[in-house]
Amino acid sequence: MDTFSLAFFVLAFLIVASAIFVVSSKNIFHSAIFLILALSGVAGLFVMLHAYFLAAAQVLIYVGAISVLMIFAVMLTSRIADKEIRHTNEQVGIGLLISGGLLAVILYSLYNTPFTISDQPIAEGAGMTLGRLLLTKFVLPFEVVSVLLLAALIGAIIIARRDTKTGDSVPPRPIPLPKSLQQAKGESES
Amino acid sequence: MVSDFAAVAVFLIVGVGFVLFTLLLSKIFRPSDPNPIKQSTYECGEEPFGPSWIQFNVRFYIFALMFVIFDVEAIFLFPWAIAYQSLGLFAFVEMLIFISILLFGLAYAWKKGLLKWY
Amino acid sequence: MTVGLPHFLALSAIVFCIGVYGMLTRRNAVGVLMSIELMFNAVNITLVAFAHYITPQDVTGQVVAVFTIAVAAAEATVALAIVLLIYQHHKGIDVDNVNIMKW
Repeated sequence: MDTFSLAFFVLAFLIVASAIFVVSSKNIFHSAIFLILALSGVAGLFVMLHAYFLAAAQVLIYVGAISVLMIFAVMLTSRIADKEIRHTNEQVGIGLLISGGLLAVILYSLYNTPFTISDQPIAEGAGMTLGRLLLTKFVLPFEVVSVLLLAALIGAIIIARRDTKTGDSVPPRPIPLPKSLQQAKGESES
Repeated sequence: MVSDFAAVAVFLIVGVGFVLFTLLLSKIFRPSDPNPIKQSTYECGEEPFGPSWIQFNVRFYIFALMFVIFDVEAIFLFPWAIAYQSLGLFAFVEMLIFISILLFGLAYAWKKGLLKWY
Repeated sequence: MTVGLPHFLALSAIVFCIGVYGMLTRRNAVGVLMSIELMFNAVNITLVAFAHYITPQDVTGQVVAVFTIAVAAAEATVALAIVLLIYQHHKGIDVDNVNIMKW
């Protein structure tokens, strides 16, 4: 087995194992951590496929930014201490059936499709070609992406900051006193 | 060029292996004698109270989402910078439009007072 | 056995189906979004693998993957903002309890 295959199988194992943890972990915070691992593995696959720019983009955007956003959302919403909350709904059986069936269909069609692997050499300087394509053939999608990002930025800001008014300072949440101190306080008041 | 990344793989293996080896070593050699006082969180002499998982302010999320949006903008700057020499003025104007559209978003956030913490 | 295009496509299919399973069964809305990110990544693997093996002289597949990443980032910001809003209204982000769109 050559190095390429070895690297592929190590990365594949890493990605699949952490993806399974992402969907099955009871603690949503652990899911976020394993998501980061899976996304880093995908960056490794991009390196193997000579897509160096995409690997960098994957690390910068997915590993560096989207996972941070996910972790912030987990911290802002979940009560992680509530361990008794069930993390899956009643559709585990149906979900397994659907995803397993989908996988079977995809693998079957994959097995029966003849792919014409090109024997041309890999283009040198893919980053340069990518930049040129982005600004010539794909220039309209390129500009539309900026409009999309603008819409996402303004929309997310409007949705997320409904509760606080402009410039107002948010009063800090009262921290509950420990039981021993609460008793002492009650005694001194009475 | 792929083989250049073998160095990255070596770094990863050595890094992970070093941490695991050290943890395993300390696990083998340290005495294990837990009691409730030892297992409580050390907070500089204070008695810890409340859960360590507190909910924090929504403002963190606003900063994080602005970071994500401008991170994506930065990703589009890299191929533009590489191909800039061969494209000239057209690429410059296109990128100017791209950035100025996103500047509206920054100006909006600024005007709404989201760039200030309190 | 040398690793080629079918291996990458099979890996992508497996990751995609894990994502589908998570999207169908997770109760936590953030967990559903994480599964969707997994599916986005599976699609990106497919795009880059095809670009590498079938059109090695052309990087169009990579350009499309860059756009996919940008769209995924925009989607994540807005979707997580909606999750925060749901949390404030419902005091929880269990997607089974969010049925305000149901008629």
